[in-house]
Amino acid sequence: MTPEQSREIVVAELLRVAPDAEMDGLAPDTDLRSALELDSLDFQNLVANLSRRTGLRIEEEDYEQMSTLDRCISFLVGRSQQGHS
Amino acid sequence: MPSLGADMDEGTLTQWLVKPGDTVRRGDVVAVIDTDKATVEVECFDSGVVERIMVPQGERVPVGTPLATITTEPAQLPQPAAPRPPCPPALASPPVREYAKQLGVDLASVSGTGRNGAITRADVRRAAPVVTPEPRGAPAAQVATPKAVEGGRTQVTPYARQLAKQLGVDLAALTSDSTGTPVRAAQVRAAATHQPSTSGEPTTQSPQEPDRLTAMRLATARLMARSKREIPHYYLSTEIDMTRVNALLRGRNLELPVEDRVLAAAALLKATAVTARRVPAFNGHWLDDQFAPGTAVHLGVAISLRGGGLIAPAIRSADELDLAELMRRLGDLVRRARSGRLRGTELTDATITVTNLGDLGVESVHGVIYPPQVALVGFGKLSERPCAVDGLLGVRSMVTATLSADHRATDGHTGARFLSTLNELLQRPEVL
Repeated sequence: MTPEQSREIVVAELLRVAPDAEMDGLAPDTDLRSALELDSLDFQNLVANLSRRTGLRIEEEDYEQMSTLDRCISFLVGRSQQGHS
Repeated sequence: MPSLGADMDEGTLTQWLVKPGDTVRRGDVVAVIDTDKATVEVECFDSGVVERIMVPQGERVPVGTPLATITTEPAQLPQPAAPRPPCPPALASPPVREYAKQLGVDLASVSGTGRNGAITRADVRRAAPVVTPEPRGAPAAQVATPKAVEGGRTQVTPYARQLAKQLGVDLAALTSDSTGTPVRAAQVRAAATHQPSTSGEPTTQSPQEPDRLTAMRLATARLMARSKREIPHYYLSTEIDMTRVNALLRGRNLELPVEDRVLAAAALLKATAVTARRVPAFNGHWLDDQFAPGTAVHLGVAISLRGGGLIAPAIRSADELDLAELMRRLGDLVRRARSGRLRGTELTDATITVTNLGDLGVESVHGVIYPPQVALVGFGKLSERPCAVDGLLGVRSMVTATLSADHRATDGHTGARFLSTLNELLQRPEVL
């Protein structure tokens, strides 16, 4: 998975859990949960959708590595490369 | 128009799902109404045949207004004045009695205009000795103008519906996609930009804050003011060690797909529900100067709505559900509160409510009780804190639990027992 593909997926799935979010104004290094006011249930839905779309296994321990938009994007890229190595 | 919570005075009938001549059973969903807070599916409280629809789609009417008549005998249909089905002899519902007390109205002197002569809030307001201000600034402006009715059972989020009304977008032209996702605000905005503008104003400009938000703020304001006016609150709090709960859930969740994972929030709900069953003085309603214990634990869950507002629908018999099922119900309730539809009974049944502000990072919440309930349990964030364990300093995952309780119904001593029971349950999460 390329960073571009990863970004596309993450942004689309964020919009699904927070439909009225202003993605253009979202800084790539701010905490997603507080910026988009995601509660733990929203975040779980986000992870579930990302896992389903990418086919990657994501554990609860990984959530911390997915705290910002940038981290989320690189986490998915990294995890997809692990799968192929 | 049923009262769907103590904060509701009026509702808009958005859609009829039955027509005259249809056979309905008690519990069937017969209509969809919009309150200031949510889109609600209204269940029928009788079985029989729909005789006459009395409130057309799009009309906003006060609580207590008959929506339709139902006859129990199909043979009686042609008679214009078919006898109404028997109904319990209640003269006025508990919320109406409460309202009358608040306004100092003697119900014996009020003649009811509601179903089977029941006294409605509107009757009480008319009979009030002092003129009470109209609850809404411009009620006329809120009456829905005749408009095209959405086709079929297209799902539309409440915010999108409001936006469509403002922007003049015909919802019938928008359909939810095949996945069953409801029509959302973004689709309405997109449709609006494609419509020819009649006023010459650019329709892409962000609209005025929706009326619904104002109405919801007002409904919440009235309910909370009433709570603080009537309920002598007392507050207790305790720190609860969540290490065992977390360990148990982490172990179980490892084997589960993401969507089936149980969050700590569900364990807190379950523990609260079981505690409410074991310490029943906090589970029920305060009505007519006495405590009416709940027959089951219907756990209200405070849910913040995207775009603002708060709603606290109930998970029925939450104490009897296992954690996985409770988690599913919680997810379903949040999803429907935010974008779909709630059942009328879900908005009126709660016997005790939980508010969890932990995800927003606060340490603790001392909440305001939803009348006529007598208790509200609050949870703050789960965080690693230094803690003395077995004579040693350790780091444990802790949460601050608070109890806001009605001092008319209970005393601090009983409240302390509630919190200690809650704590004990969370130290033995395997029993949850």
